[in-house]
Amino acid sequence: MSEDFAVPEKSGAEILIDTLIEQGVDTVFGYPGGAVLPIYDALFQHKKIRHVLVRHEAGAAHAAEGYARSTGKPGVVLVTSGPGATNAVTGIADAFMDSIPLIVLTGQVATNLIGSDAFQEADTVGITRHCSKHNYLVKDPADLASTVREAFAIATKGRPGPVVIDIPKNVQVATASTDVKRPTSSRFSPAGEADYAEINRAVELLANAKAPILYTGGGIINSGPEASAALRELAELCGAPVTSTLMGLGAYPASGDAWLGMLGMHGTYEANMAMNQCDVMLCLGARFDDRVTGRLDAFSPDSIKIHIDIDRSSINKTVRVDLPIVADVGAAMRQMIEVWKGRKYKAAALDDWWARIKGWRAVDCLSYTGSTQEIMPQYAIERLFAATKDKAPIITTEVGQHQMWAAQHFHFDAPNKWLTSGGLGTMGYGLPAAVGAQMGNPDALVIDIAGEASIQMNIQEMATATQYRLPVKVFILNNEWMGMVRQWQELTYESRFSESYSDSLPDFVALAEAYGWKGIRCSDPAKLDEAIAEMLAHDGPVMFDCRVHKTANCFPMIPSGAAHTDMILHSDEVSGTMDDEAKALV
Amino acid sequence: MHIKQELTERHVLTLTVDNEAGTLARIAGMFTSRGYNIDSLTVADISEDHAISRITIVTRGPPPVIDQIIAQCERLIPVHKVTDLTEAGPHVERELALVKVRGTGDQRVEAMRLADIYRARVIDATVNSFIFEITGGPDKIDTFVALMREVGLVEVGRTGIVGLMRGAEGS
Repeated sequence: MSEDFAVPEKSGAEILIDTLIEQGVDTVFGYPGGAVLPIYDALFQHKKIRHVLVRHEAGAAHAAEGYARSTGKPGVVLVTSGPGATNAVTGIADAFMDSIPLIVLTGQVATNLIGSDAFQEADTVGITRHCSKHNYLVKDPADLASTVREAFAIATKGRPGPVVIDIPKNVQVATASTDVKRPTSSRFSPAGEADYAEINRAVELLANAKAPILYTGGGIINSGPEASAALRELAELCGAPVTSTLMGLGAYPASGDAWLGMLGMHGTYEANMAMNQCDVMLCLGARFDDRVTGRLDAFSPDSIKIHIDIDRSSINKTVRVDLPIVADVGAAMRQMIEVWKGRKYKAAALDDWWARIKGWRAVDCLSYTGSTQEIMPQYAIERLFAATKDKAPIITTEVGQHQMWAAQHFHFDAPNKWLTSGGLGTMGYGLPAAVGAQMGNPDALVIDIAGEASIQMNIQEMATATQYRLPVKVFILNNEWMGMVRQWQELTYESRFSESYSDSLPDFVALAEAYGWKGIRCSDPAKLDEAIAEMLAHDGPVMFDCRVHKTANCFPMIPSGAAHTDMILHSDEVSGTMDDEAKALV
Repeated sequence: MHIKQELTERHVLTLTVDNEAGTLARIAGMFTSRGYNIDSLTVADISEDHAISRITIVTRGPPPVIDQIIAQCERLIPVHKVTDLTEAGPHVERELALVKVRGTGDQRVEAMRLADIYRARVIDATVNSFIFEITGGPDKIDTFVALMREVGLVEVGRTGIVGLMRGAEGS
């Protein structure tokens, strides 16, 4: 090392913390261990960053996702090498599928030990290569600042995603000059505005459509609140109905006149029928997921399809479209509004189209048979919504029936209020995501709508909520079954319920109290409102064990391998088995 | 139920990429993780400062899959540019092979005669063996290797193909 007194040197750990602060980081979710001790020591001396100590590294990654999705800022994770990194992988893969910006900092064994099967060594860069947007192994502290800066740009710009930075322990300890001004990389240049020729064509198609539909997705949420505002204006101008994927809920208000509800496997009858019968489909920041399209060769057979997406690889991946536009969906919608107004287009007469939609709405596909004896799960969600809608709550979910019932019966009027694991479908996402969302939104009402099976997958994060005095509410629809598995076994495997019963459940009220939470149990529909009010009145974390009807199924449903027009609306239409082609589809 | 096979096309893709650790693994791994085929893959750095490498990949798939492969390659951060030579128009493809044959008498004479016809060069010789160096398109090399099998083939090493667009323009 040269003796240069003019330029102070700092350790890799200090350079890392300085660069995180420079990038605006105020919260880090993590868990210490041998290979990150130098970073934890540097954190101890910098009080500008709050560290949230989770109880499992998967919880750190999901909490960072919840923080990112609810605040619009990237989530930051700090975990140790080996098991610390591998435990975080599920959360990284989840963020990759759902396009959530994360910076995941992992410790690594010293560079001279890499490849020697050292204690707590794992090939983190190899393991995360295909479930992250990009990853790095930093071998020199002089490269750290520029790497972290590029990582933030990659994680947040274009289609967002997780970026992993693996930092060997000796690189955290070794020093480097702090004035290394490396040129900021220009190799990453995401799409911005759309080409006006394409926008003109899209506006023309939309303005002349007789049965248009806006099919919106999580890309609108990722593009920022102004994209949601643009969607509302565009929908108003063109008069088309709006449907959304699971990830896009809240971009268009559920209370809006043009709202059809969610589409897809557990979407509404009107949304799926309108998708099937439309003549112009404008897909905005969605990706024609298999849960949305149903059987591909029967998907919206007669429509002209326009697809606006920032990721060119999402276009023509499963469904061929007629007008592909690679652009930021928020910017492209603004351009469409500008062109629409500039050319003085008028919304076409869509009375016939809306009359047909009215007919489909009349089916009332979300209706269910109520009960005075037992709490129906749909009823529980409806009452929770009624009790909280004026508080603009942030809702997280786990994965399964409760997630779909929440998507159907809880309604969102604003973006960034609905946090759910859509692409990867990760049970155990909801509680840590609620912890992260509450850290980022201290004054918000944050509720994890859970199932009794999913909640046990990251239940250790109750202690994190206790430690940081986070008043999160966990509302468990407890039907004593892995409900979605049970439902599929009933529909597809002639009710052979293989391993789907939630046996040996804990006493959730006693468990809540053991963690210093309040526990509430309710099984009587007549007392449900009162119990929900008690939950909301408590100024601290609450676990609500809502005992619901045990074998209710989630409808409507498009069975796997079926078309949008073949929805099952009620349980009496269930056949009990499927052919092999359908069974092979997930 | 049986697994269905689809009709595929062969495409030659060239990628210019950052020459840094893990780039090749990132690209090759993306092909495996998404279920794409690689027939051959060559890589070498091509810039004066060793910062940029050029990768030539021969792949197979139905046209929409080829389109998706290109998009997925472009999505990788170290990948600067992807060109589909098969789509782009006239181009040349060349591969180099080293072919070792063993034999004496007529076999040895025949091997030499065939090598001459195929413009293969002798780059190593002993009293009972040759190593030939041959360049050309993959078909020519396939044919040459098949002929050598008749006259005492021992082993073959092939580079996989590299390709460039014809004409004055770069890809």
